Amino acid sequence: MGKETDSSRQTFDRRLKQAMDRNNPDRAAEAALQGSDITTVGTVLRAGTEMVAGLAVGVAMGWGLDRWLGCRPVFLILFSLLGGAAGVLNVWRLVRPQDALEDKPGPHAGPER
Amino acid sequence: MAAGSTIDALGQFELHPVLGGLGEALRFSQSPLMMIVASVAVLAFLYVGMRPKAVVPGRLQAAAEICYDFIHNMAVDTIGPEGRAFFPFVFTLFFFILAGNYLGLLPFSFAFTSHVAVTVALALMVFVLSVIVSLKAQGAKFFAHFMPAGAPVALAPLLVPIEILSFLSRPVSLSIRLFANMVAGHVMLEMFAAFTIMLAGLGLIGDALAVGPVVINVALMALELLVGALQAYVFAILTCIYLREAVAH
Repeated sequence: MGKETDSSRQTFDRRLKQAMDRNNPDRAAEAALQGSDITTVGTVLRAGTEMVAGLAVGVAMGWGLDRWLGCRPVFLILFSLLGGAAGVLNVWRLVRPQDALEDKPGPHAGPER
Repeated sequence: MAAGSTIDALGQFELHPVLGGLGEALRFSQSPLMMIVASVAVLAFLYVGMRPKAVVPGRLQAAAEICYDFIHNMAVDTIGPEGRAFFPFVFTLFFFILAGNYLGLLPFSFAFTSHVAVTVALALMVFVLSVIVSLKAQGAKFFAHFMPAGAPVALAPLLVPIEILSFLSRPVSLSIRLFANMVAGHVMLEMFAAFTIMLAGLGLIGDALAVGPVVINVALMALELLVGALQAYVFAILTCIYLREAVAH
């Protein structure tokens, strides 16, 4: 089977493409369905860690700044709150309706869209 | 049997030198060994799979082509036309993690993705790459993203730190997600396996009851197969999303 000439391969490719085009609507719908399925599970698994990660980064940064500048617990308190807010923001970006995404295209919607 | 009444659920994650004296001298533990095994397995799969070069692929070649197509579509659909440039990176990441997760499920094996050092290294690689690509594609405009457009300037002192923390939390969430999922899965498998041994020590009734944890472990194994693939997928798709934001203007 590996001995096919170039021309027969092109013909085959063309016929394959035609066949795929004929079936295209079904295939596309199926693919979209499967895609959304796995994306949903992935989203659910992501939400929890996003929130924890935001808080963890905030606490770590606050703790580090306190250690560096020697003014415990000012930055720890401040950055814990900011980190928690960042975590909530992460989750919101994850779950917000896709329409909201379309409203603000391009660079205007922040780094994580 | 040494388990007795205690369950050593975390002992499985300890690193030991392998391969005898040579491994001892090189501080070569199971983790890098399994990384090499994973890399070789992926490369061998692709090489052996694609060797026939058939127009109508056989099973192995079809599997290799599906893997290629899957990641290629993911990269191009998510990142856009520029995704082609990052396809090899995403492909490597996905199959390295997938092979690591799955190899860890084999008996006497070791899941290197259950070590936070490994997942942090992978996540930082993605993070640094996305920052470099951002700076290259957008220049100084990259920093403008930290101030949401349309927000009052008076709120900047509050919003900018939140945006920066949100941005910095990416590698953390990326690494913790993979690491935590793998650890949790392996701890559960170990726990139920230990239950089986403990129950089997109770005599005849125990023997009958010990079947329960075995059944649960079979189900858990199926769950772990799902989690292993899903975590590799999530890692890869997030890499694509971060890179899309990096190349977008």
